[in-house]
Amino acid sequence: MELFLQQVLNGLTLGGVYCLVALGLTLVYGILQVPNFAHGAFYMAGAYVAFFLMERMGFNYWLAMAGAAAAVALISVVSERLVFHPLRKAPYLHHMIASIGILLFLEAGVQALWGADFHRMSSPYPQVLTLGNVALPAQRLMIIVAAFLLVLLLQLFLKKTITGATIVAMAQNRDGAALVGIDANRVAMLTFAIAGALAGMAAVLYAPINLVYSGMGHLVITKAFVIIVLGGMGSVPGAIAGGLIIGFAESFGAFYISTDYKDIIAFALLVLILSLRPQGLFQKGAR
Amino acid sequence: MRHTASLGWSALLLFGLAFPFIAGNDYHLTVMSTAYIYAIATVGLNLITGYTGQFNLAHSGFMAVGAYTVGILTVDYQMPFWGALALSGLVAAGIGFFVGLVSLRLKTHFFSIFTLCVGYIMYLLIEKWESLTHGTVGIVGIPAPESIAGLDFSEPRTQYYLVLAFLAASMWIMHRIVNSLLGRTFMAIRNGDDLAQSLGINLMRNKLLAFMLSVFFAGLAGGLYAGYVRFLGPDLGRVEHTFDMTMYMLVGGIGTLAGPLLGAITVPWLTQQLQFLQDYRFVVFGPVLVLLVIFMPHGIVGTWMARRRRKAAQLAAPVAPVLRAVTARKGAHRA
Amino acid sequence: MLEMNAITKRFGGLVAVNDVSVRFERGTINAIIGPNGAGKTTFFNLASGALSPSAGSIKLDGQDVTGLRADQMARRGIARTFQSTTLFDNATVLDNLIVGHRLRTRANLIDVLLGTRRLKDEEAACRSKAREALDFVGLSHIEARLAGDISQEQRKRVAFALALATDPALLLLDEPAGGVNPEETEGLANLVRKMKGLGLTVCLIEHKMDMIMNLADKILVLNHGEKIAEGTPAEVRANPVVIEAYLGSDHADA
Repeated sequence: MELFLQQVLNGLTLGGVYCLVALGLTLVYGILQVPNFAHGAFYMAGAYVAFFLMERMGFNYWLAMAGAAAAVALISVVSERLVFHPLRKAPYLHHMIASIGILLFLEAGVQALWGADFHRMSSPYPQVLTLGNVALPAQRLMIIVAAFLLVLLLQLFLKKTITGATIVAMAQNRDGAALVGIDANRVAMLTFAIAGALAGMAAVLYAPINLVYSGMGHLVITKAFVIIVLGGMGSVPGAIAGGLIIGFAESFGAFYISTDYKDIIAFALLVLILSLRPQGLFQKGAR
Repeated sequence: MRHTASLGWSALLLFGLAFPFIAGNDYHLTVMSTAYIYAIATVGLNLITGYTGQFNLAHSGFMAVGAYTVGILTVDYQMPFWGALALSGLVAAGIGFFVGLVSLRLKTHFFSIFTLCVGYIMYLLIEKWESLTHGTVGIVGIPAPESIAGLDFSEPRTQYYLVLAFLAASMWIMHRIVNSLLGRTFMAIRNGDDLAQSLGINLMRNKLLAFMLSVFFAGLAGGLYAGYVRFLGPDLGRVEHTFDMTMYMLVGGIGTLAGPLLGAITVPWLTQQLQFLQDYRFVVFGPVLVLLVIFMPHGIVGTWMARRRRKAAQLAAPVAPVLRAVTARKGAHRA
Repeated sequence: MLEMNAITKRFGGLVAVNDVSVRFERGTINAIIGPNGAGKTTFFNLASGALSPSAGSIKLDGQDVTGLRADQMARRGIARTFQSTTLFDNATVLDNLIVGHRLRTRANLIDVLLGTRRLKDEEAACRSKAREALDFVGLSHIEARLAGDISQEQRKRVAFALALATDPALLLLDEPAGGVNPEETEGLANLVRKMKGLGLTVCLIEHKMDMIMNLADKILVLNHGEKIAEGTPAEVRANPVVIEAYLGSDHADA
């Protein structure tokens, strides 16, 4: 029973991180209509910026996270303006290649600045609480709480503010939103900024229980794609549900089936579902 | 224009044949031979992505499949190299059949995400399935190709010519495909699924054919790689290699015949020149890729060819605005 | 020759086409008209096989073809144009048309690799068919021009030529006169009459009433996915239900 609860905790932790990354990705998909492969690099950049701020500048964890969020938001907006905006009329293949270009640049960039080694980020909460026989590392609890809060804040922003509503409108129907007079450029930049900030924060949350290295975004971003494909591109509830599902599937899969192959779970799920239902799980699907 | 094309290809072939005599040392031969191997794979990727419009992100996974087919069969089962090489392309195409069957029904970017996942699965399987693939240790000691007609394939110069021969054969086959009705069919699909279908083109059958052909090339290139480098690791299947090949295609010109070849040969040489950048080459190449995609999406060959076509069309049918209006009116009356 | 019986198409909860039946007789020019959103393009998609009906049947020359894919329908002689046709802008006009006849050829990968006689013959046949089609639409003189350099009206004609190269029996033209001026519209209408002269059956969606009234043998009027009228131009023009439907929409030509 305790082991089960342990996996539930792990699932929530993973799921929280995936949710944050997938949320940003799904909002951006609505704008771009093309999956942004650079999103994983944004995630990684967030961790590195925070690491730099903590280790070299002596910031505390939370300030570093804020700094990371701001930095990645900036990188994200710059990418939108300099790369994706000029390409808005180009075929989707060019978007994909350009996003790969950004990805490669950022990864090589952090390697050039900080070397190719793996880095450790210290956790602000190294304590481990216990509930019966279940170990509850404080960092994991914090990830869950922080992710939950961020998602809540995002939802409130999207639902209760006008700016938020325009983002949702554009994410769901770009042309329709333009017809209604929504300033596409402003919304695009804002969405990219939010997506970048979410990704950066997710990385900083997760880094203390993982490692900081230039490839850390790869698996996360591929899984985020799986999440938004399954949850529906442009759908916020879909990204949240999908993130949790994959998080749980991986935790339980890692424990009960195999740790070696746990990363395959998300991909195998995608392959399985799209093979059986090419249109995806939702109407706005793959066909 | 036909004549210039033939001249161009002959020049390339001559250069290839003469290279070992121009090259300073065996190291240059190695760089060039490896470039040729990746060129074969890139030309394959170009068929499905450039000509048929589906961006396959699992391509390097298929190359690894071909490489490991040769590696496993020659090292663990003592099969002769040539037999294993023949199988490398076929095994890749066989797996490609099943992957294509489920993935080609998907809309284009879903196809790319799907193949990204398939590529990852392939890489992870190669890394973890130790009993078959030797896992992270990799396969070492792959024997050199057995001698034919007294040629010693462990000798660098002979190896170079072997790879060149395969490259030339691959280009010739690709040339036939691309300039035929089949090639036109693929291009019609790239132009739009709906339009292609309305012209009576069976999408699934043709996409599957293009996909299987393209991964056959990847598998074959992988097999050659195994016989050339003589040791393998799971990293061969990483998606970064597909990104590399994408860049070769883009620099050279996606959807052209010569583009991927030129890209696959020039870019590694450029990287060699920027030796100090070796590990950080993407700090330069990342932005270059972005700039190319924005300003010169047709690559070097593509842009050049577009210019030539435009000139040829101008010469054949010069346009004066008044003349155009008059002929259009005449055409309308006649119709 | 084409019979659509009780055709219905549902998308989830939305009924785009509801129980529409119509016959397109051989060698006639038929038009489908209706306010925006009436379901005309969906109906076309059903006729061409791009969509399969949720209910109802389609018969071509007495044979049941319900649910066949668009490429299968094309092989049975149903050709179709789109509101906007993507051409290879960097290739010549003639080059664009060669693939149009592909569906009547049987050359496969082996033929391509071996360079067989069959491949050469079929490629020549496709090329001559392309020339023929281009000549029919009156554009032989621009066969060497780049497709990206021709006018909108010429693009429309090239799209016709592409459809004609498939050797069809029935042509579905989606807004063939979209985006061209009145003089050019008349030219395209003459081209459609010329097709009828060849024995082809034509069915078109159009918004330009003058063109339709002078061109069509029969008109089908759709509104909200349902058939509200059917008949000769004179009959349809006088039909109060039709007038009502159009008065309710932003239609300038009606």
